[in-house]
Amino acid sequence: MELTKEEISHIANLARLELSEKEAGKFSEQISSILGYVKKLQEVDLSKVEPTFSVAEISNVLRDDKVEACDKKTMEDLIKITPENENGLVKVRAVFE
Amino acid sequence: MDLKKLTIKKTQEGLLSKEFSAVELTKECFKEIEKEKDLNAFLALNKDGALIQAEIIDKKITSGEALKKLDGVPIAIKDNILVKDIISTSGSKILENYVAPYDATVIQKLKESGAIILGKTNMDEFALGSSTENSAFGPTKNSRNRECVPGGSSGGSAVAVAADLSVAALGSDTGGSVRQPASLCGVVGFKPTYGAVSRYGLMAMASSLDQIGPITKTVEDAEIIFNTIRGKDKLDSTSVDDERVKIITGKFSKKKNLKDITIGIPKEYFISGMDSEVEKNIKNKISELEKRGAKIKEVSLPHADYALAVYYIIMPAEVSANLARYDGIRYGASERGAKNLLETYFKTRAKNFGDEPKRRIMLGTYVLSSGYYDAYYLQAQKMRTLIQEDFKKVFTEVDCLITPTTPTTAFKIGEKVDDPLAMYLNDIFTVSANVAGIPAISLPCGEAHGLPVGIQVMGQWFGEEIVFEVAKEIENKL
Repeated sequence: MELTKEEISHIANLARLELSEKEAGKFSEQISSILGYVKKLQEVDLSKVEPTFSVAEISNVLRDDKVEACDKKTMEDLIKITPENENGLVKVRAVFE
Repeated sequence: MDLKKLTIKKTQEGLLSKEFSAVELTKECFKEIEKEKDLNAFLALNKDGALIQAEIIDKKITSGEALKKLDGVPIAIKDNILVKDIISTSGSKILENYVAPYDATVIQKLKESGAIILGKTNMDEFALGSSTENSAFGPTKNSRNRECVPGGSSGGSAVAVAADLSVAALGSDTGGSVRQPASLCGVVGFKPTYGAVSRYGLMAMASSLDQIGPITKTVEDAEIIFNTIRGKDKLDSTSVDDERVKIITGKFSKKKNLKDITIGIPKEYFISGMDSEVEKNIKNKISELEKRGAKIKEVSLPHADYALAVYYIIMPAEVSANLARYDGIRYGASERGAKNLLETYFKTRAKNFGDEPKRRIMLGTYVLSSGYYDAYYLQAQKMRTLIQEDFKKVFTEVDCLITPTTPTTAFKIGEKVDDPLAMYLNDIFTVSANVAGIPAISLPCGEAHGLPVGIQVMGQWFGEEIVFEVAKEIENKL
């Protein structure tokens, strides 16, 4: 399984990672070698096997749909750890040009 | 006092007999940490908080109050587990200044039991690694040989215990990150059953695999800490309640001594390419167990050979989703020069993630992407079913399994950093327990080439008790 530099750049774009030309080269080589290893799973016919997404063997863990209020101090603490905030709100850059 | 000899029980005996006070012990730990700065085991220290807690314990002792099970016991915490008001970086530049706003459930439980939290330990960035070389704050050195890695990702926690800087530590184990460093450093590391311990407040890496576990000097200490931190938590929906655990364990047959126990040796775990001295140590230990009356049975886990490939698909897939939250908006570092939101993401993540997170995020994004999902991700989840079935089947014949923890002893710092695949092969014996969700412990088993060897005991789902029992047999009497 060989991933080209272009493919790596496309994946990096999906993952929101900026890559330099040099990084794209290095990562395409390394990720190709890992894919080469994990490819051995494709040797096996698993068409009749059900997938296991969780080993916890529990499902539908529910709680009451009740709002639990957060005290002012906790709220302030949480807002405070954001890189940019104003008047108790998180500030972000423009989404649209 | 001799920090070397202190286990949890001995710490409390020393406190009660007034051989030393909790404050003296805590100060001694910080003195040792300072002296051993070169090991780079700690990223942040909790000096004030620890000493305040120690004073409380000393007052309790003076007034003759009974001690709780961890009162006065110094514990080091892996940096991806939140301790309120202390910086928690997870070994990443992206969280360099992130102060935890709350305690993880395990920390709350440790605090309630009286443990003294010394500080936060070094680790591979976001627990992605097997050597602690992927920390943004420099590698941790193995205290047994400073040119070698301590293993990872909980390398700082393993060294804190191995070098007697702390009595015990917490780590997290997604594919072996507690057991592998414990093995390479010559201490005990335990990964509980998936669902036994709450992960609330643990920075998520791969959520269907992550568990928090203790790193200690003895099996008994690992058991004490496990019993302190385990239990249902409404804040982690994968945690299993006591009632259910009781139903599951109620079906196990009670084993009174070694002669009642059948130990399985999976033949797939004794592979070519394994260090022959490591293999010899493990095999000697197995025959000693046999001589002492345990029944030894060779068994087969036919899909064992695929476990590592399954792991290196499922894990990066989940990593790519879990690490999406480090976006320069919610917490941590943010690149201010960006023109728009999209550029904030691109630049913040490019500048502040190390190579290993980038590699796994991209690998995960790839195996989940349209056109490749069925061939990689779904195929891996199907193989996971077969791996789990192998274990279920084998545990109808045996009570536990014994294997090596790692194929080799500690390797040199720098030796594998440029070859991710060679690094990943280190996890070959540990990942299966995570993929299947079963408990597993690593404990010291002699030495090879002057470095510690680890032996692994795996049990069935919620079969912790027998795992501890067999581990104690190996530890004490052999």
